[in-house]
Amino acid sequence: MKERVWIKDEGIERGAEKLTPERIEKTINQVLDNEAGSRLKAYVETCAHCGLCSEACHFYLSRDRDPRFSPVGKVKQTIWEMLDKKGKVSTEFMKQAVQVAQTECNMCRRCVQYCPFGIDIAYMMSLVRRISHKLEITPLYIQDTAHSHSATMNQMWVKDDEWIDALHWQEDEMREELPNARIPLEKEGAEIMYSVIGPEPKFRTQLIYQAAAIMNEAGMDWTMPATPGWDNSDMAMYTGDSEMMGRLKRLHFETAARLRVKKIVMGECGHAFRSVYDTGNRVLGWRMPPIPVVHALEFYWDLLNEGKIKVAKLFEEPVTFHDPCNVVRGRGLHEKAREVVRAFCPNFIEMTPNREHNYCCAAGGGVINCGPPFKNSRVESNRVKAEQLQATGVKVCIAPCHNCHGGLEDIIHKYKLDMQLKFLGEIIYDCMEKPNAV
Amino acid sequence: MSDYSAWDWGVGSRTVADLTECDCDVEWREENQASPDGEQVGAVVKTGEGEFSVCVNGSCWEPRYERIWYLRYSPDGRLAGLANDQGDWTMCVDGEQWEESFGFLFNTMFSKDGSVIACCVADSMTYGMVVDGVAWENLYANANNFHLSADGKKSAAVVQTIPLGQAEVFKFKDGIFSVAVDGEAWDVNFVNAWSPRFSADNSSVAAQVRLNLFDYTIVVDGKPWNAIFNQVWEPLFHPKSKSVVAPVRLSGKWGMAQDGKVIWQPSFFQTWQQQFSPSGDKLAAIVCPEYGRWTLAVDGKPWNTTFGDMVMDMTFSPDGKRLAALGKQDGKWTVFADDKPWGGQYDMCFAPVFSPDSKHVAARVEKKGKFTIAVDGKDYGQGFDQCFDPTFSPDGSKVLIRAIADGKYMRIVEPVAKIIG
Repeated sequence: MKERVWIKDEGIERGAEKLTPERIEKTINQVLDNEAGSRLKAYVETCAHCGLCSEACHFYLSRDRDPRFSPVGKVKQTIWEMLDKKGKVSTEFMKQAVQVAQTECNMCRRCVQYCPFGIDIAYMMSLVRRISHKLEITPLYIQDTAHSHSATMNQMWVKDDEWIDALHWQEDEMREELPNARIPLEKEGAEIMYSVIGPEPKFRTQLIYQAAAIMNEAGMDWTMPATPGWDNSDMAMYTGDSEMMGRLKRLHFETAARLRVKKIVMGECGHAFRSVYDTGNRVLGWRMPPIPVVHALEFYWDLLNEGKIKVAKLFEEPVTFHDPCNVVRGRGLHEKAREVVRAFCPNFIEMTPNREHNYCCAAGGGVINCGPPFKNSRVESNRVKAEQLQATGVKVCIAPCHNCHGGLEDIIHKYKLDMQLKFLGEIIYDCMEKPNAV
Repeated sequence: MSDYSAWDWGVGSRTVADLTECDCDVEWREENQASPDGEQVGAVVKTGEGEFSVCVNGSCWEPRYERIWYLRYSPDGRLAGLANDQGDWTMCVDGEQWEESFGFLFNTMFSKDGSVIACCVADSMTYGMVVDGVAWENLYANANNFHLSADGKKSAAVVQTIPLGQAEVFKFKDGIFSVAVDGEAWDVNFVNAWSPRFSADNSSVAAQVRLNLFDYTIVVDGKPWNAIFNQVWEPLFHPKSKSVVAPVRLSGKWGMAQDGKVIWQPSFFQTWQQQFSPSGDKLAAIVCPEYGRWTLAVDGKPWNTTFGDMVMDMTFSPDGKRLAALGKQDGKWTVFADDKPWGGQYDMCFAPVFSPDSKHVAARVEKKGKFTIAVDGKDYGQGFDQCFDPTFSPDGSKVLIRAIADGKYMRIVEPVAKIIG
């Protein structure tokens, strides 16, 4: 077996300087006793140590089946040891546990499907992250992102005016092509509130343009907020800061409630969907989202099936489709997504495995957000994804998720794949009928 | 708010404006806004290539701008829009713009009576507030959570007082945020601060703060409460004193604290949006007494009527004896008052409104794409394409309905008795 590499991260190292054995023990036991409860107990007592989860994990497969990268291996290197030692673990152990839980597990839940008992190992990794948060040893870059969330209510330190300015700018740009198009801000009583993640106004404004063009050409009654609450993303969910996760989701839903919309349509993001549909709403006391949330994939499917968007031209180049964990394993949108892809892309080639069995991009779960120190390790840990992409033989991969884009881009670069990434909205925007365009 | 006893309370319906008519060229008309007295309807209109104005009752404002947005009526009946011309932003009120222009303006706010109009400013990468056209003397590298006092005489925001570089997480944790009142920051910083709120006499400000990554409390005039909590939500001053209440979370459950002491034992899955009755003798909040079920609690005691989806827009009656809110169950909204839901279910409800004598509750409602108002659970007979919040007459016997149907804006005054039968 290769020697285990423990990566230096300023956030972990400087945080660890303040740890004491007493603080570690107390924190671990507080989280395990007061927050984990019966769910963890059931998992720990049920696991038969069979290792069937191993083959499910892209880290394990990409690392030449090194058991330390298997899901059960990750549990063994983290929470089992904490339970076994009743919290009496060393600072060095905790530093390594952070690396394992925060950067070597995407919480993609592929392994859950292979466990004979359905044990959710991602949940156990989230507990380790919660403990790490309480001990203040979270990796630097994702902690900075969590700070951005707390200070600005968005992921990218976007200031209140910058958000509005980005929308005004995209509206102006769009009117070059669609003279009467609008991005209606603060339209009370609209059918739809469209929400996006922080990187869109910061780096990917073309996605706002494309979504707005689709909304306008489909004749939707929609709005976007001009206040914080526009960002549906949530890295606090992935640092174990569940209090901040709740604060973010409360603002998001209350913004939609203030605008009196019937539903929230969100852009092509996976982790944000997990936060608004599963974790963030529930931490606040809502069993389900208080205002229905429709992911972009489902929204496109609705538009297509209702005849609100029509195919003007086909995207003839062969394409493949990457199933994002949080909207496929987490919401089952794989068939609807394929119907939309096939409507526009006649030469659709499946990657294998696919749908709910697809391999994760290795960026999700906040892993890419841990930043440069862990990039090489992350890319090395997803060789299997590169092989899966390459086997399709196509040069265009549709990946309807921001983090997937980041992760796949790195893999494509590292493994020298001749492949271009696209969001599904990009293809729809390019190929749909635009009767109002000049 | 303008003296609404002087409004036209004569029973009847009249068309105020034909929305297809305007005394200037109109390429398109944006969202309509109705004045509180119902006598005006205004909207942003596109008047030419890259040129916008505002049309009120068929007459265009004289100025033309590259962009006008966030057009809203103040409670005193003035119409204000944020307007941009060649990169300079101003507030245009009834066609007259503020003397000064700014880098960027957003988030218009009004005092309760509408006499003060304020908004947020971003100028040369610094942030603050502008009140009636005058900006704070001190602007900050970042500011948010802007707030205007009820009388409009004071303004506050969370401000960044210390520069922060990329990924400086340890500097962040030392505290770089404070609260500024009228542009003057407190001399103390916190890891985070949110939602500054004024006392009734404006002499004090309270806010939520995070002292480190996990300890939350309320701070009043820069001094944190002695007590620490897992989480807190927005503070609220008592209407007649300097006492502050805020929802607090301990050991995973939510309750209420007053001046740092727990007054509602944490027993709820959620507690938020608390309000005092007008006299301050009662305290109510939206609560989640059982996971996934929502209702109101008065002085810590939850109501029996619960909803699975959501509860919002809690409103006390003027006499403080009644309480109403909106509840959503299985995707349908209704109004519930005094622990009883209305019979009708709607696709959307807007905030409930009490009559001045506290006897009646009305709300704007939507069903199958048509809007109307309902009083005490009875729908007004006519449906509209659009409708605005109802207003009761001073004696509570009539209700003003402002509505749009077939391209015409109407003003209707109807006796309450006729609606509720």
